[in-house]
Amino acid sequence: MTFPTADRPGVIDAVPVRHPWRWVAILAIVVLVAMMVSSFVTNERWDFPFAFQIMQQRPVIEGLWLGTILGTVGSMILGVGLGVLIAVMRLSDNPVLRGVSFVYTWFFRAMPRYVLLVILGVGVAFLYPRLDIGIPFGQQLAEAFGWGWDLTFLQVDFNALSSTIWIGMLGLGLSEAAYMAEIARAGILSVDKGQSEAAQALGMSNGKSMRRIILPQAMRVIVPPTGNETIAMVKDTSLLVAVPVIVELYYQAYQFGQRAFKIMPALVAATLWYLIICSILMVVQTYLERYFGRGFGQPKPKNPRFGRPAGMGGA
Amino acid sequence: MAATDTSAPLVHAVNVTKSFHDNHVLQGIDLDVAAGQVVCLLGPSGSGKTTFLRCINQLETIDGGRIWVDGELMGYRERGGRLHRLNDKQIAAQRRDIGMVFQRFNLFPHKTALQNIMEAPIQVKKEPVEEVRERAIRLLERVGLQDKPAAYPGQLSGGQQQRVAIARALAMRPKLMLFDEPTSALDPELVDEVLAVMRELAVDGMTMIVVTHEMAFARDVADEVVFMADGVVVEAGPPAEVIGNPKHDRTRAFLRRILAEQG
Ligand SMILES: Nc1ncnc2c1ncn2[C@@H]1O[C@H](COP(=O)(O)OP(=O)(O)O)[C@@H](O)[C@H]1O
Ligand SMILES: [Mg+2]
Repeated sequence: MTFPTADRPGVIDAVPVRHPWRWVAILAIVVLVAMMVSSFVTNERWDFPFAFQIMQQRPVIEGLWLGTILGTVGSMILGVGLGVLIAVMRLSDNPVLRGVSFVYTWFFRAMPRYVLLVILGVGVAFLYPRLDIGIPFGQQLAEAFGWGWDLTFLQVDFNALSSTIWIGMLGLGLSEAAYMAEIARAGILSVDKGQSEAAQALGMSNGKSMRRIILPQAMRVIVPPTGNETIAMVKDTSLLVAVPVIVELYYQAYQFGQRAFKIMPALVAATLWYLIICSILMVVQTYLERYFGRGFGQPKPKNPRFGRPAGMGGA
Repeated sequence: MAATDTSAPLVHAVNVTKSFHDNHVLQGIDLDVAAGQVVCLLGPSGSGKTTFLRCINQLETIDGGRIWVDGELMGYRERGGRLHRLNDKQIAAQRRDIGMVFQRFNLFPHKTALQNIMEAPIQVKKEPVEEVRERAIRLLERVGLQDKPAAYPGQLSGGQQQRVAIARALAMRPKLMLFDEPTSALDPELVDEVLAVMRELAVDGMTMIVVTHEMAFARDVADEVVFMADGVVVEAGPPAEVIGNPKHDRTRAFLRRILAEQG
């Protein structure tokens, strides 16, 4: 480096671009927020103190944990697990597996979640009050030959299960798997073909290559839309009343408001809880994305406020 | 399992044919490679070199001919006068003894250099972790990357990645190494560090089939040079003959072009 002179310019000290419209926008937003806050405080009908009270009621908290959160966790575990399995089937060489996964996705994507939950909660218990697990046609054979044992190993009592969170998780999870299958398929296809070839060349079986090499890399593409799906699922647990499962956040909060003739604070209470859960989930998602992005040399975004959006998808 | 007849070649390919639809890529390739030999495959782009390498370790299925590696028929079992296709597990087992190095490295980007090398011996051969780790560290030293065990592939240069890829293949203690243009994707100044590792391997007695356009390497290291064009072997022999004194016009034209490029 040489010293700057008139014909060899040195360090740049320029006037930055001005953004006058940003300041106008900020001003407008500040005014709008101030108006909103003022209406919260002056309009008695909001009744925030009562909303905070509802948030802390025992049945509401129980609904939050045992309905909304447990329901989300359970149905997402089923949805992701089954979804990945269906995606792998869809991409396999075996035409039977491909066909099964296609029909599965077709059916559960067409099926509205509310209707599915009613069918599982009410319809299945009506059609099959009890499920016997054993040798196929064992009961018919036992009757024909007069055996004492009808070859049944396990009995599931659907009547007893019919209005529990388990049926709710099953319904939401089966439906979710159809969407997760598409997300997982896109993730698997995003991994370079050379990766499975390198794994094969090292003597890995197809299953091992999928589990150890392909899926961990596919996760990078799978996680962001799965975060979206999880957040959508939190809200879809309010459909659990269709089963009917009433230990659930929205229903419990609403019941409270109805009894006190203060519906609006009840809705505010539920909204605040949903906002809190979804905020926590967004933080978890950020950490998952960082973990599965390891080795891909994405430097941390300089300004996280303008980072990548959570991705597409949604039920 | 393996035939230990020392007189038989390690790789014995007879009349190998392979088509993609109506594109007849391999039209009857014969190739014998004795244990400890280095064979360099030359030929213009599209002549089927990559395809032939991939047929040897069953990344492609062949339409005709036979390939034996260490006395084992690749991809099939002969029983009652008929060939029976091996299942995926059996083919995976056959590939364990054959290392492959790709043009584009194909390291596992979510694993560190050391983890890349350790993956297959632990997952495929179920060898004890500590033993594999020690071997992996020694292999990293051997390829000159002892200070990079924790680096992810994305943090390494192309030449370093390719050296890790060679170490990864060696970790399985293969009988045979296949190299598909291992230096073609590299910046010129990084080519020599990879070739140096390969030269050492050759000196140590590894059996190697190398597709390459590096004439100096072929001349110095190869026991035999095979020139392929349009899916057939045009000319084969010691490097002094095929490179030094080619008999066929196509070989001559190809070498003239390559040597002009490499100066
Ligand atoms: N998977 C494939 N599907 C269809 N055609 C292929 C495939 N792989 C290779 N080919 C064709 O086979 C021919 C030989 O290719 P390749 O073996 O890669 O040649 P080389 O390595 O000598 O350049 C080319 O014409 C190529 O287009
Ligand atoms: Mg090639």
